[in-house]
Amino acid sequence: MNSKYLVQALQSPVFSKLPGSLAVLTLGLCGVATAAETVITIESWRAEDQVIWDEQILPVFEAQYPEIDVQFTPTTPTEYDAAITTRLSGGTAGDIIVCRPFDRALKLYDSGYLADIKDLPGLQDNFSDVARAAWSTDDGSATFCVPMASVIHGFMYNKTAFEELGVDVPNTLDEFYATLDTIKEEGSYIPMAMGTKDQWEAATMGFTNVGPSFWNGEEGRLALLSGDEKLTNEAFVAAFTEIQKWVPYLGDGYQAQGYTDSQNLFTLGRAAIYPTGSWEITGFQENADFELGAFAPPKLDADSTCYISDHTDIGIGMNAATENADAVKTFLEWTTTQEFASLLTNAAPGFFSLSTNAIEVENPLAAEFIAMRDTCESTIRVADQILSRGEPALGTQLWTLSANVINGSMTPEEAAEEAQSNLDAWYTP
Amino acid sequence: MKTSRGRALDGAVPRKRIGTSRRWHIFVFLAPATVLYTVFAIYPIVETLRLSLLVEVDGSNVFAGLGNYARLLTEPFWAEQFANAFWNNCILFLLHMLVQNPIALMLAAILSIPSLRGAAVYRTVFFLPTLLSVVVVGFIWQLILSPLWGITPDAMKAIGLGSWFRPWLGLESSALITITLISIWQYVGIPLMLFYAALLNIPEETVEAARIDGLNGFWIFWKVKLPLILPTLGLVTILTYIGNFTVSFDLIYSVQGGLAGPNFSTDVMGTFLFRSFFGFQSQSGDTHMGATVASALFFIILIGVGTYLFGVQRRLLRHEG
Repeated sequence: MNSKYLVQALQSPVFSKLPGSLAVLTLGLCGVATAAETVITIESWRAEDQVIWDEQILPVFEAQYPEIDVQFTPTTPTEYDAAITTRLSGGTAGDIIVCRPFDRALKLYDSGYLADIKDLPGLQDNFSDVARAAWSTDDGSATFCVPMASVIHGFMYNKTAFEELGVDVPNTLDEFYATLDTIKEEGSYIPMAMGTKDQWEAATMGFTNVGPSFWNGEEGRLALLSGDEKLTNEAFVAAFTEIQKWVPYLGDGYQAQGYTDSQNLFTLGRAAIYPTGSWEITGFQENADFELGAFAPPKLDADSTCYISDHTDIGIGMNAATENADAVKTFLEWTTTQEFASLLTNAAPGFFSLSTNAIEVENPLAAEFIAMRDTCESTIRVADQILSRGEPALGTQLWTLSANVINGSMTPEEAAEEAQSNLDAWYTP
Repeated sequence: MKTSRGRALDGAVPRKRIGTSRRWHIFVFLAPATVLYTVFAIYPIVETLRLSLLVEVDGSNVFAGLGNYARLLTEPFWAEQFANAFWNNCILFLLHMLVQNPIALMLAAILSIPSLRGAAVYRTVFFLPTLLSVVVVGFIWQLILSPLWGITPDAMKAIGLGSWFRPWLGLESSALITITLISIWQYVGIPLMLFYAALLNIPEETVEAARIDGLNGFWIFWKVKLPLILPTLGLVTILTYIGNFTVSFDLIYSVQGGLAGPNFSTDVMGTFLFRSFFGFQSQSGDTHMGATVASALFFIILIGVGTYLFGVQRRLLRHEG
C-alpha cells in the first residue's frame, strides 16, 4: 500500500519533470564552464588573504591567461590540516593545495595526494635549496610544492614609547635587558607583551625566536638532527634560561594572558616591546595609532653573529588527482616568477617571497624585517623539520615546555631533559 | 473481509489478526527512531570500536588486536596523558557532586516552598545560563577573570581584596577548579529543575502527615522529602557522571584550547581524545589511537552507567504518587 503511494507520488507531474530539468540545468552549467575557461581552485588556510588574492594577485594572472579562471577558497587555519586530508582522500579537494612546511606537506605527498613538480622550470631557477628543502623528500628526489613565503621572527616595538623614554633599540642581550629595565623602572609601559595562556607564544615568539643565537642557527639545528647535539646541551638549556629571564618584564597575570590579549595590549599602546614575527605587520599597522619599529633577536655580545628565524611557512602545490593538470602547472609556473613574488610580498606585507629574485619591499615595517636577512644569518624553526614527525612531536612539546619554564613550573634544565627524553623515545638520528 | 467480520463475533481468530496487524504498526513506528539511532549512534560506536583494533601500516589497515589499548596503557606518551586526563575527570566529577548538586538541591528545596514569592523569576534566572552557548560562557568568564581587562581585579580591589587576585585560569593549581566553577555556574539549572520537579511531585498529604506527627521545616525535608526524591538524586548523579566526560570538553576547549593548559592541568578525556584523533599543531592526528581513546571513554561511561543501573537503581523504589 505504502509503495503504491510512493509510485503515485513519483509519477506526479512535479516529480517526473524534476530530474529532467535538473539534468538539463547541470548540463547547461557544465557546458558554459568548459567552453569558456578552465576553472581551478586553490585550497588555503589564509582566510585573511581572500581579498588580497581576489583583488590583487589573481586578476594579474587571469589577465595573462584568460582561458584559466582561478578561485581562492580558504579554510579556517585550525581546521585546515584535518579538512584538507579529508577532502584529498575523498576526492573533493581543489586543484591547487597550499602547503604547510615540512612533515605536514610531506605526509600528503607520501600518501599520494600531492604531485611531484620537481621538473617545473621556475622551481629550479628561482629558489634556494634551503627554501626547496621545506617541500622536498628527505633525499631531495622529489619536490611537491613551490616555496611561496616565509615569515621572519623578531621583536616589534612602540617607537613613540622608545622616544618618550629615551631608550635605544637594543642589539645585544645586555642592551636588551638594559632597555627592559629602563622601561620597567619608568613604569608607564609594560615592558614586554607576552602571555603563556595559549602556550605557543612562549615557544614560537620566545624559544625559537631568541634561541638560534645560542645554538648558532642552522649549525645547531642540523647538529640536533644528526644527533651531534642534544637538547640537554648548554646551548638549548641557555635558550630556555633566556626566556625565563623575561618573566619580570611581563605584565601582571601573564599566566592567564592569551595571544589576542597580548596583541591588544601592544596595539593599545600599553606595552613597549612585543616578541613576534612579520605576519603581524598588516594587522598591527591597521590597529596601532603609534609608529611601529622592528628589531632582530639580540646578539649574545657585540662581536657575535645575529640569527633570525626566517621560517619557510607557505608553499603551493598540485593535487595529484586534479583533472586540470596543465592549467595548474601554468599557474604554479607563474608563482615562481618575479612578478608573483613581488605581488605577494607587497600585497601581504610580512609574508616574504622565498624567491631569489630581487624584490622591492614598499612597506617600511616589512622592509625593516627583510633587512634583517642582510645582517643576520637565517635559520628555520628548530622543531619543524623531521623532529615533529613522531609521538610526541617536538614542536607541540616545546609549546608546553616553554610555557612551563616561564610559569615557573619547570626549570630550564628539567624542560630540556624532558624534551630530549621524549625525542629519544622515537627519534634515532 | 466479510467472512472475517462475520466471524468476529466468536472472538478468537480476529483477535489474533488484530494482534498481527498491531505488530506491524509497532515496527513502522519504531522504524524512524531505530534507523536514526542505528545510523547516527550504533554504527559510529561499532565503527569506532573496529577502528581501535586496527593499525595503519603503509597506508592500509591491519588488524592489531588489543595492541592499541596496550599502547594506551603502557607507552609513556599515551599512558601519562590518559592517566592525567582520567584523574582530572574524576576531580571534575567529584567537584560537581560536592558543589553543583548540593547547591541545586538546596535551591530546589527553597524554590518549592509554596509561600515563596517570585519563584518563577528565580527559576528562570537560575536556568538561563544553561541556555547560553558554551563558547559564549567561556568567552564571558575569560573576560571577567582576565587580569588585563577583567572586572574581577578591580572589583576585588574595591572591597579591599585586591592582593588576593590571581590569574586563576593560568595557574596550574587553580585552573581546573576555576573551570569547574564556571561549568557549575552554567549547568546548575539542570539538576535544579530535576530536583524541583521531583519535589513538586511529592503529595501534600505526605508532608501534612509528617507535620501532624510533629516534624517541621528542615526535618520534613531531611526525613520525608529527600528519601522520596532519592531516585532523582540517582538520575542526577548518573547525568553528572556522563556530562563530566562528554560536556566538559566544550568548555575546556573554548577556554583553555586543545592543549588544555597550563601544563595539561585541565586536560580531560574529551580534549585528550580530540588531540589524539585530529592532532594538534605539529602533532599529527592518529585515527586509530583516537578511536582507542574514544573506545576507552565509551567503556568508562559504560561501566559507570552499568554499575548504577544494576547496582543502585534497582534498589531504589520510586514513590508512586
